[in-house]
Amino acid sequence: MKDSENSVGIVTPQRFVFDEPLALEAGGELPRYELVVETYGQLNSEASNAILICHALSGNHHAAGKHSPEDAKSGWWDLVIGPGKPIDTDRLFVVSLNNLGGCDGSTGPTSAANDSGHLRGTNFPQVTVNDWVETQRRLALRLGISRWAAVIGGSLGGMQALQWSVTYPDWVEHCVIVAAAPSLTAQNIAFNEIARQAIYADPDWCDGNYLAANTQPTTGMALARMVGHLTYMSADRMSDRFGRDLRSGSFAPDSSEAPLFEVESYLRYQGEQFSTRFDANTYILMTRALDRFNIADEANGDLSKALSEVRSDYLVISFSTDWRFAPNRSRELVDALVANGKSVSYANIESDGGHDAFLLKNDDYLAIFSAWMKRVAA
Amino acid sequence: MTQRRDLEHIIDWVPSESRVLDLGCGEGELLDALIDAKQVSGVGVDIDISNVAKALGRGLQVLQQDMELGLDNFSEKSFDAVIVAYSLQVLSQPHELLDRVADIGIEVIVSFPNFGHWRSRLALLLGGKMPKTRSLPYNWYDTPNIHFCTIADFEALCRELQITILEKRTMGPVNLLSSLWPNLFAKSATYRVKRQ
Repeated sequence: MKDSENSVGIVTPQRFVFDEPLALEAGGELPRYELVVETYGQLNSEASNAILICHALSGNHHAAGKHSPEDAKSGWWDLVIGPGKPIDTDRLFVVSLNNLGGCDGSTGPTSAANDSGHLRGTNFPQVTVNDWVETQRRLALRLGISRWAAVIGGSLGGMQALQWSVTYPDWVEHCVIVAAAPSLTAQNIAFNEIARQAIYADPDWCDGNYLAANTQPTTGMALARMVGHLTYMSADRMSDRFGRDLRSGSFAPDSSEAPLFEVESYLRYQGEQFSTRFDANTYILMTRALDRFNIADEANGDLSKALSEVRSDYLVISFSTDWRFAPNRSRELVDALVANGKSVSYANIESDGGHDAFLLKNDDYLAIFSAWMKRVAA
Repeated sequence: MTQRRDLEHIIDWVPSESRVLDLGCGEGELLDALIDAKQVSGVGVDIDISNVAKALGRGLQVLQQDMELGLDNFSEKSFDAVIVAYSLQVLSQPHELLDRVADIGIEVIVSFPNFGHWRSRLALLLGGKMPKTRSLPYNWYDTPNIHFCTIADFEALCRELQITILEKRTMGPVNLLSSLWPNLFAKSATYRVKRQ
């Protein structure tokens, strides 16, 4: 099947303005905010086929299709969203937004939209998964949706889907949690901290006021991304893809050029690309939201108790080589749901893709996802 | 699998609107039939990803899980019935599984092919080779069925594990012979058991 045959096609983001103040979980308030949103497919007359897509750390509203025919790449989850795909836009209405605090158009550290810009940069308040759920709920009501047929997300997006099902059990008929966890491990928080320290150490960070100084901490951001990217891949996949191959230069004593491994070149490229597209304050805000999340918090750390009132039908998917959000963390979630007698299905997909596997083509993954989704808005 | 008469017996035995765990649920045919016929709420467990996908496509609740790596995620007496249909013989420690499921289910339903059937005995006796039948067509070296037992073996194991046999049905082409001398004439057997 060609790409064009199962794509949602050309999509145009919409902007929604919310004037009702938002009290934030970590303190403070946003007097108003804007969300940038894409939708795919048609909302039916009963508004019973609406799907919410929640994005991960560096994601945004552009989950599927292209903004123009010239775009080299489709949206970040085009793999699973489109006609005939697991999230089938021939029958489902898909809502995808850039989360509050993001840097792709929604109100966040880079937007000058509010208060003549005095909330920019480090002055932008910390937002949390709970805040995102609340803004997503307000967005739903604006769109005429009072119940999601499914809330779906991977990684940090999966955490939002989980939070939705706990905070608003009656809103979430189905819940898909891919490559996520009930909370981060110490090791996981540690990786996020290394990424943050890399940014802080860049002289162009300027204590977070780099926009005012008309600069960008691109060196720090690139390093942060290199660390992050490394943890999203499996050792096997890196060996297969790069091995010990040299990109340039050689080890010969008379070589005029120093050797550069393929993997070095790749990581540098990934770091550079990311550092020019993503905002440093947003990155720090997103990693803090991720670190802070723990679904068991509301039940004094008792995961089973935290999930005792949920009413969604769940699909949990993990990937065999994902060591950032390891399969056993998904199993914790599944076991707690089973212990409560809740409806949950689970698959651990064999893949060499590491954490990134949730974005990569894999026949088993797509078969499981598609088969399960048949029950949504059936 | 051509003649799965055990499935009819299982459907017969499972109480209406009960909570059922189907271990080795395959593509979910049995759970699907149980939901239709008995309005059960069911959970399936299978290790094979393509089986899981097919079962999910039927709208079932399925966990991809290796039942031999433990069933700790299921608490004691959390199901009215645990079903182990045609799976016992593929396990490396079938006795441990039987012991464990007797704790998880208020009742357990087990079915298996009877290796004491006369055709199997005759094939081994006369041919000198491990028997192959229409329903068990594998070679000895690549068969998933690594722990065959006979009806007599299974009943001895139940006694050893202090599991009570509540009911048993045997199936063979000639039903009179199967019920008179099941160990010799039954092709397969289905048991309803519980912890003493």
